Amino acid sequence: MLEARGLCKAFGARVAVDGVSLAVERGRVLALLGPNGAGKTTTVSMLAGLVRAEGGQVLVDGRPVGGDTDPARRRIGLVPQDLALYDELSALDNLRFFGALYGLRGPVLERTIASALELVGLGDRARDRVAAYSGGMKRRLNLAAGLLHDPDVLLLDEPTVGVDPQSRNAIFDNLEQLKRRGKALLYTTHYMEEAERLADRIVIVDHGRVIADDTLAGLHRAHPGAGTLETVFLALTGRRLRD
Amino acid sequence: MVLTALVAMVRKDLLLFFADRRALVMAFAAPIAIASFFGSIFPGPDASSEPARVPVYLVDQDGSAIAASVVAGVRADRNLAVSVASVEDARAAVRRGRSSVAVVVPEGFGAAASLALVAGGETPQIELLYDPSRGAELALVRGLLIEHVMRAVSRPGFDVPYRVRAEALVAGGRARYNGYAHAFAGMGVQFLLFAAIDLGVGVLLERQRGLWKRLRSAPVSRLTLLGGKAASGTVITLLPLLVSFGFAMLVFGVRIEGSVAGFAAVAVACALMASTFGLFLAAVGRTPGTTRGVAILAVLLMVMLGGAWVPTFVFPAWLQSLTVVVPARWAVDGLDAMTWRGLGFGAALTPAAVLLGFAALFGTLAVARFRWEESPSTTTPGG
Repeated sequence: MLEARGLCKAFGARVAVDGVSLAVERGRVLALLGPNGAGKTTTVSMLAGLVRAEGGQVLVDGRPVGGDTDPARRRIGLVPQDLALYDELSALDNLRFFGALYGLRGPVLERTIASALELVGLGDRARDRVAAYSGGMKRRLNLAAGLLHDPDVLLLDEPTVGVDPQSRNAIFDNLEQLKRRGKALLYTTHYMEEAERLADRIVIVDHGRVIADDTLAGLHRAHPGAGTLETVFLALTGRRLRD
Repeated sequence: MVLTALVAMVRKDLLLFFADRRALVMAFAAPIAIASFFGSIFPGPDASSEPARVPVYLVDQDGSAIAASVVAGVRADRNLAVSVASVEDARAAVRRGRSSVAVVVPEGFGAAASLALVAGGETPQIELLYDPSRGAELALVRGLLIEHVMRAVSRPGFDVPYRVRAEALVAGGRARYNGYAHAFAGMGVQFLLFAAIDLGVGVLLERQRGLWKRLRSAPVSRLTLLGGKAASGTVITLLPLLVSFGFAMLVFGVRIEGSVAGFAAVAVACALMASTFGLFLAAVGRTPGTTRGVAILAVLLMVMLGGAWVPTFVFPAWLQSLTVVVPARWAVDGLDAMTWRGLGFGAALTPAAVLLGFAALFGTLAVARFRWEESPSTTTPGG
């Protein structure tokens, strides 16, 4: 479904991503893990078309994704790490705006919004200003905004940062539902237990390079002494502080 | 799809504009309040209204009939507010700024002045003590004094051998100068530019809050994104200008004495210039805070040099010629031309064209300098 082949990107002298390749299939979740500054967000930015890759390709169903207006980009949805919402507007007005950017309007847009709000459990708060939402509600709305155009691939950049266990659990339920609907999900996180629960495949990057790409079971097999994914992660990336 | 996205961007920005009640009050009430103040203190010449009188102290050390006649003439002048005092009090009043000028008629003035006029004797001297910060008022008093002294010395039967008929000239037949028209044009342009700052800072805040990522991830061209911002910026910056003028029309009788289409052309061109100026700020600005500070300074300079506060004719000649590169001047001149000057549509073409030229310049610079990519360190800390 979504494939990255040899992606490269540098910011000045600093190489952020150095030949990253990965693939995520329909109805599967790929967890992209790595320490701070490893290149996760830059990789997601290239997959979403926010940053131009200096090398490599992004493909959807084997077809390269082109520039800003390439229709193939419509098949990709982004849930950024930031709460990319207008606090001053209601959830409804936020979603009407984001939906219109994908050409949705009229009854189709209203139906899509209702469905997305229903999925994330915010249907009864649709007319409230986002400023009045809790952190968890904002995270769920952030997810809904990425789903409006019914993308085949969803890129989620740390979608559970700063939320309480209840909201996190609700987001997991949403993602599992999306997975059952056949969506391909690429998920970056620092929470290993999230990857353990959700991911069908785990890619670990460090210093801009892929250092592991396997299933959870495969990673454990490769590191027999490690009891948890976190232990495997630390064994691969080291214990040195990165910030 | 492009149109859907453009309309959505304008709608969203309008919703955001109207969502902030405090900013809304500032955008509409502030220009009205300030322009009303400026309009009331610079109403322009009007025969029916009482002129602002120049405070003058008068010292009569002569006591002659001629000196008494000069004093009576000066006291009766409707342009002057005269106080008769001793020379010490007069000096003190000028030093403390209570009076612009003190006129001292010296001892023996009456006799010497008559002799000088009739027989060519030595001319006596009247002393003028003045506040150096009020040179224009000194010139006025000097001129009026000549008239009153000539009348007093030449009596009986002499009068100044001419009358003056002053006619205010504007292009439109029924047009009449209204100081509020200029004040509302100036303040309208100033607050229109302030709204443009909000537009630019708004884009930087969208970037800071990650919203720009969501916009960029949509299948919308860069031209559409910037075009949508320019369109919403034009509508939003136009609103305070139109509301201000609407208020001035209702309350102060300001009228578009010239061409309504010309007024619209200048106003829209000015709003487009302001909108692209906002985009330029968004392109070159780094953080919202510093960008706002620098932009406010730039706008204040622009409106000050553009004649929004005081008319440009009071500037020195070199500065007047320099201000043609200031877009605010073209905006104020264009609005003045269409309101109280009563000029036709043709007079709006040059200001509108120049403003559109500035819009093209700001727009081109904004497109050239806009940061479409961000390094991860400026956005998210995680990856």
